[in-house]
Amino acid sequence: MEEKFKEYNNSEILVTTQWVEDHIKDFADQKGDYRLVESNEDPLLYHSKHIPNAVEIDWTSDLNDPVTRDYINEKQFEELCSKKGISTDTTVVFYGDKNNWWSAYALWVFQLFGHEKVKLMDGGRIKWEKENRKLVKEIPELPKAIYKSKIRNDKTVRVFRDDVLAAIKLNIGLVDVRSPEEFRGERLHIPGYPNEGALRGGHIPGAHSIPWASSIQEDGSFKPLKDLKKIYENENNLSKKQPVITYCRIGERSSHTWFVLKYLLGFENVKNYDGSWTEYGNLVGAPIEK
Amino acid sequence: MTYTNLPIKLQALLDEFAEIKEKSERYQMLIYLADDFTEVPPSVATRPFPEQNKVPACESQAYVWVQSDENGKALLDFAVENPQGISAKAMAFILKDTLTGEPLESLLRVDENIVFDLYGKELSMGRSAGLTSMIALMKAQAKSILSN
Repeated sequence: MEEKFKEYNNSEILVTTQWVEDHIKDFADQKGDYRLVESNEDPLLYHSKHIPNAVEIDWTSDLNDPVTRDYINEKQFEELCSKKGISTDTTVVFYGDKNNWWSAYALWVFQLFGHEKVKLMDGGRIKWEKENRKLVKEIPELPKAIYKSKIRNDKTVRVFRDDVLAAIKLNIGLVDVRSPEEFRGERLHIPGYPNEGALRGGHIPGAHSIPWASSIQEDGSFKPLKDLKKIYENENNLSKKQPVITYCRIGERSSHTWFVLKYLLGFENVKNYDGSWTEYGNLVGAPIEK
Repeated sequence: MTYTNLPIKLQALLDEFAEIKEKSERYQMLIYLADDFTEVPPSVATRPFPEQNKVPACESQAYVWVQSDENGKALLDFAVENPQGISAKAMAFILKDTLTGEPLESLLRVDENIVFDLYGKELSMGRSAGLTSMIALMKAQAKSILSN
């Protein structure tokens, strides 16, 4: 285990690229104790090459309901896991592009179904590539698994717009992880084109601007605990005991910060607002700060 | 989707994509095209690239340069700073390969919806935003040259 992992609140939640390399065979064995899942922003990336024996979970086509803006239900989750060789007892190791935005998001969605045996590969795909580790094109053929899903419970890790509107008036930490330009509501688009799907720019009143990349080192891996404490607790006065809500544009970057606060820093009550700015910035009458 | 008056090489590529039934085949075709992407030459631009050439809403930090040669024909160049931005590289290659040498005016007729013909209709808003913005910025630059 890497030294810095020992300091995190949950020292088991991260694995190194070397650990993944050492377990490549386990990700495709019949027992199915471990499975490796790649989740990306770029839909072509997994299909171009991926870590041997990794399967893909795509946030759009696999995790989202195709009609309602919501996540899949228990039955769909069971089918997805079964197809990917994941059983109720499998430890799922996630990794992906964009410094693990989408893999943190997939890991977060797994928490809606109470699948707690999860890990994230520190540094994501970019670190693996920079270390010149093996990538292959072959998609593994894994044995179908049996998955019995728990009842989906959104209450532990997810909030909705009414919770956010209520949070503005309470002592709840709101963390906006988008870029400072997005936080300030500056126009980021070509005139005549929608501003990232929201009619209004700015941020939720009282939100702290802590861009997601604040938690990342140059090689793509997470910063050590003392640096994370400095950013989130000292500079932004967030406390582990305080309820905290993270948000971004659609909930992916904020899943990344949710991961940092929950697992690395040990915040006791941190939830992700996946409606994020594409919902809040379109809400009629919602208060906005710039 | 049917478009009118698209540059012939681009239309031919869209026709080819229209024949593809399987998503995996579509992806392999795009990956194949992305492999041929070449970055903007130093004679056109060097790092740090100007902000005005940066594609808004593109997660792969793509840049676009449109120029006109002495005959009013389009010269296109692109950069994609994210090494894992394969979709952006494929888009850049397609635009450069099919539109270079076409009259500058013809760039204005390229409909942003071709992104869905190439990448599939299931492409999410977030994923399509960067790709359509590449086309939008290309058109904006062409329009600016034509109006001067």
